[in-house]
Amino acid sequence: MYNNLWLIPFFPLVGSIINGLFGKKIKNEKVIGSIGTLAIFASFLVACQNFFGLLGSEQKVYQETVATWMTVGNLNVEWGFLLDPLSALMIMVVTGVGSLIHLYSIGYMHGEVGFFRFFSYLNLFCFSMLMLVLGNNALVMFIGWEGVGLCSYLLIGYYFDKKSAGDAAKKAFVVNRIGDFGFLCGLMTLFWALGSKGVWTLNFVEISENAHLLQSGGVLITVVTLCFFLGATGKSAQLPLFTWLPDAMEGPTPVSALIHAATMVTAGVYMIARMNILFAMAPTTMMVIAIVGAATAIFAASIGFAQNDIKRVLAYSTVSQLGFMFLAMGVGAFTAGVFHLMTHAFFKACLFLGSGSVIHGMHHGFHHAHLHDDPQDMRNMGGLAKKMPITYWTFLLSTIAIAGVPLFSAFFSKDEILWWAFGSSRGHWMLWAVGVIAAGMTAFYMFRCVYMTFWGPQKTNPKAKDHIPESPLTITIPLMVLAFLAVVGGYVGVPAILGGANHIHHYFEPVFGHAQELFHISAHGSHAAEYSTMAISIVIAFIGIGIAIYMYLKKPELPAKFTAAFPGLHKAVFNKWYVDELYDFLFVNPCKKIGTFLWKGFDVCVVDGVVNGCGWIVKGLSSGLRYTQSGYLHNYALAMVVGVVVILGYYVFG
Amino acid sequence: MISVYHYMILSAILFAIGTFGVLTRKNMIVIFMCIELMLNSVNLTFIALSRHLGNMDGQIFVFFVMTVAAAEAAVGLALIIAFFRNKESIEVDDFNLLKW
Repeated sequence: MYNNLWLIPFFPLVGSIINGLFGKKIKNEKVIGSIGTLAIFASFLVACQNFFGLLGSEQKVYQETVATWMTVGNLNVEWGFLLDPLSALMIMVVTGVGSLIHLYSIGYMHGEVGFFRFFSYLNLFCFSMLMLVLGNNALVMFIGWEGVGLCSYLLIGYYFDKKSAGDAAKKAFVVNRIGDFGFLCGLMTLFWALGSKGVWTLNFVEISENAHLLQSGGVLITVVTLCFFLGATGKSAQLPLFTWLPDAMEGPTPVSALIHAATMVTAGVYMIARMNILFAMAPTTMMVIAIVGAATAIFAASIGFAQNDIKRVLAYSTVSQLGFMFLAMGVGAFTAGVFHLMTHAFFKACLFLGSGSVIHGMHHGFHHAHLHDDPQDMRNMGGLAKKMPITYWTFLLSTIAIAGVPLFSAFFSKDEILWWAFGSSRGHWMLWAVGVIAAGMTAFYMFRCVYMTFWGPQKTNPKAKDHIPESPLTITIPLMVLAFLAVVGGYVGVPAILGGANHIHHYFEPVFGHAQELFHISAHGSHAAEYSTMAISIVIAFIGIGIAIYMYLKKPELPAKFTAAFPGLHKAVFNKWYVDELYDFLFVNPCKKIGTFLWKGFDVCVVDGVVNGCGWIVKGLSSGLRYTQSGYLHNYALAMVVGVVVILGYYVFG
Repeated sequence: MISVYHYMILSAILFAIGTFGVLTRKNMIVIFMCIELMLNSVNLTFIALSRHLGNMDGQIFVFFVMTVAAAEAAVGLALIIAFFRNKESIEVDDFNLLKW
């Protein structure tokens, strides 16, 4: 191999440092943007070299150690990188999609205050994400894991002068911390569990090799994997920790595309895939993951029905799609899960960037007309297809892809997941049913979104109506590339039943094959069953699309009627099932109360009381003692004489 | 016959007078002289006991004490002059800076 894996995270780090330290002096947006984009593009080139090197190589697991980080007792941690098919695919996605989004940001962020800050953070994020996926041990992964959380916080709060953005950033960070706590617990328990069997290691390859030392299906492995899964739910916005992701839309749109759709939120999926052998050993955990995944998929999809903010629809869609990935992980379809991760990165990044392009145009229009309407509210849009054709077509293609229309990318990945949910030895037909319904709902709300944005009558304020331009090339080029990938990205995984070679399955064989073989995880079933599940999901997808088109295009009065017929239901969905309010009631407010009590009760009275009390006591005692110090020579001399007499008396008479 | 006890008693009386003077007098020069008196009473003790015990160490010590006393006299008088220049007084009651 090439011995240059370390360069992949190194370039973005350098870019981040240059822009962070000198960006303010450079000022020129073109220079700053070029530094940021070239840094990640350089990583992309190195990643390509390694990816294709790995494809052509017999050796599928390749480790590279740069330096020793720390050696404490039995703990030996290295700055090491691991290249295998899984991490190779991830670095391709991160650097590839990352490069496009950097390019897009040059156009999108034009004229923003703190342009350099944005690019510095974005590069720092890429660095952290690459550390996360390339790290060969759990601690380096954890560094990346925390790093992406930090960058997410910084970028959500990019418009920090807006209170809602600051709150959203805090919320994301705090909710992520809960997950990180789980990750750390899992990490330490695993380290101890393997160590007590004589293998002190955090290295992923060694963990996989020695996993058999732990009792399969035992309590210990279940606890460890559940802890890791808690970490994954935080980072990947699954039930019950998904609430931060929709709020994270306060960040600039490229951030939503890169961090909150394509890469960071998939870290949980990646982590489970990376430790697939441990999860395969804990069927209970797998079941929990599958149920949580399926529940999240359908729950988030239902909220997507009634949102009017274009980015929020996409955010709930992301949560829902992540649910699909976890469903895949839970039923043992590791390949399908990572496959969906990849296709999702393409089409969801494209959708987000498309929405960004729309917002950019709307903003331009409103700005031109001196209006203060919300450029993200779909009720202000409609009929934009003619105004911004490139954005429209790329958005539409990605929507078709996410809806699961045959021959588009997500059809292959989602269908693979659903087939495994149905036919896998760890699957269940109910999981499949929930998945199919969620897929149909996805198709519905995505086409609702397309309708409200691009089709139908234009509802924009007449003053701004004619001033909505198509976005510049730096924005449309990434859109076109991503739309192309969203369409064709699925062809690496055409299932055998459709006459495909299922390349991705063979590609991931070295990573997942062992665990699946060892624990007999595979999708069984006749061809007829596979064909019929596929047919059902296609039909459901078309039904979803059909209902959306019927409701919005043919009978535009229907949605209002529907809302009027079920006001309670609509209100609950519109308010996201009151989950935020529930959490506020259950956790946030009690925590605040405890905090207030500890502040006003404990801190002010007890802690400050002890500190101030010590001061008062010393002050009181010394105010008495100071009278002995008169400053007059006679007093001191007398004291000395008395002292001498006392000492002498003690010696003579004592 | 004058014995070593008489020297001791004389020395004790001189020392007591010196101490009393230091504690009661206000004039700095008088206090200073009282200190010299105390030093010399100690010298007297040294000499008397040295003779009585037939050991020369005491007499050698006296030379040291006299040297120190001379140095002290120089420094002390200098201090007194400095004080006088500062306050136009050598009464110790006028100086109470020796506190916190």
